Amino acid sequence: MTDQDTHPEDEEIILAELDDSELVEQMHEDLYDGLKEEIVEGTSILLARDWPADKVLNEALVEGMRIVGIDFRDGILFVPEVLLAANAMKGGMELLRPLLSETGVKPIGKMVIGTVKGDIHDIGKNLVGMMLEGAGFEVFDIGINNSVEDYFEALEKHQPDILGMSALLTTTMPYMKVVIDEMVKQGIRDDYIVLVGGAPLNEEFGRAVGADAYCRDAAQAADVAPAMVRARQAGG
Amino acid sequence: MWRRPWCGRARRGDEPVAETVLVIACGALAREIEAIRKSRGWEHLRLQCLDASLHNRPERIPGRLREAIRRNRDAYGRIFVAYADCGTAGGIDAVLKEEGVERLDGAHCYEFFAGSERFARLAATDPGAFYLTDFLARHFDRFVIEPLGLDRHPQLRDAYFGNYRKLVFLSQTEDEELLAAAESAAAKLKLDFEHMHTGYGGLETGLLAQFDQRAIPVGATTLRHPAQSEAESQDLPIEATSRDSATPLRYARNDNKEAASI
Repeated sequence: MTDQDTHPEDEEIILAELDDSELVEQMHEDLYDGLKEEIVEGTSILLARDWPADKVLNEALVEGMRIVGIDFRDGILFVPEVLLAANAMKGGMELLRPLLSETGVKPIGKMVIGTVKGDIHDIGKNLVGMMLEGAGFEVFDIGINNSVEDYFEALEKHQPDILGMSALLTTTMPYMKVVIDEMVKQGIRDDYIVLVGGAPLNEEFGRAVGADAYCRDAAQAADVAPAMVRARQAGG
Repeated sequence: MWRRPWCGRARRGDEPVAETVLVIACGALAREIEAIRKSRGWEHLRLQCLDASLHNRPERIPGRLREAIRRNRDAYGRIFVAYADCGTAGGIDAVLKEEGVERLDGAHCYEFFAGSERFARLAATDPGAFYLTDFLARHFDRFVIEPLGLDRHPQLRDAYFGNYRKLVFLSQTEDEELLAAAESAAAKLKLDFEHMHTGYGGLETGLLAQFDQRAIPVGATTLRHPAQSEAESQDLPIEATSRDSATPLRYARNDNKEAASI
């Protein structure tokens, strides 16, 4: 092969040879392409360059996933690509998580999140959990097919700021109201911010079941959750 | 060869004349509706189908249904919609209420094929069941594997199906090839396999309620548009046409990468 035959995009990129800003930009692209190994390598390089873990998380990973989220919302990326990106981010998070807890930085807030009873779908829930973790939350994921009792047990145990409920099925999403109504009945509804999400939901449904907000996607949840926690802490 | 059905004009004598009814259906039901139409002799049923791949973006279904209803309202005495709620969370019902059109009962085709009570029992017993109909067994790769990206990224299997335990094939016909295809689909997804024959279930009874009670007296046909025959001449053999997408239904290709809701 001659030099003329080599396209710039075909050249192998050595991550360690990039300066910080180039590396972060490359990591955004690698996240977009769902390249887990490259994200793990990029994360390691930034840490080795003495970047604090929270800076790596915010500037390289969360920002990269924010871009993925925007293109998903705009119909440029689809669920398979988002899952691959999320999986790549997970690789970076595994390196960062122990470092973040060592720093002793107080989380923005705590969230209990789970899919409602009768529903086993967790792709959206997992993405929200990951994005909120990236946004500085301590996230307690209670999994799928959760009854009122399961949610209440988790609220009691973890004392979160936010309860997040997810559903993919139109037949299971009404269960969110069952949970919220029981919270009202028990007099604990106002102790928590309740966020709901899932493909068939909309804002009207969120209001109808008595949630504080409906989140269209994981990126929006990562914007809404900190804002609502801060507003509540400020007494708003 | 499909024969263009009689429609609209009075017959000799005093026999009742059936009102021509347009059924706007999900493309996934075209073959089944055609089979029911043939077996019942409903020559006054006309069918137009929306692309079955709309189920990958259910939020788009209500608007497409509204367009199809309005496009055909003047040409047909009555319109019926062969959709369930189909993941639109009431979106289809809102449109149909405004347009004064009825639809099939149920949340989705699994429910109206299996019957509401039986499906509720199935869902309550095991929420980890993934369902296939004849249509999905026949087009499994095109409507499940490819939109989910599993052909390109098989490692995503666990992300999509990790919480599922079994695949339940709700069959409409007794077809050994489809049964084998459904079993193969279960193996591909690494799920246990169950087969439950439903027949046409609520699809047939839903259509029956619309069609068998609708014979009307001679000369009282409610076809409204003077250019009726022109409108009807566009109705092509049911299974060969997806008028909405202007592509042959059986071979309609969904080239986008939108993921199916599972």
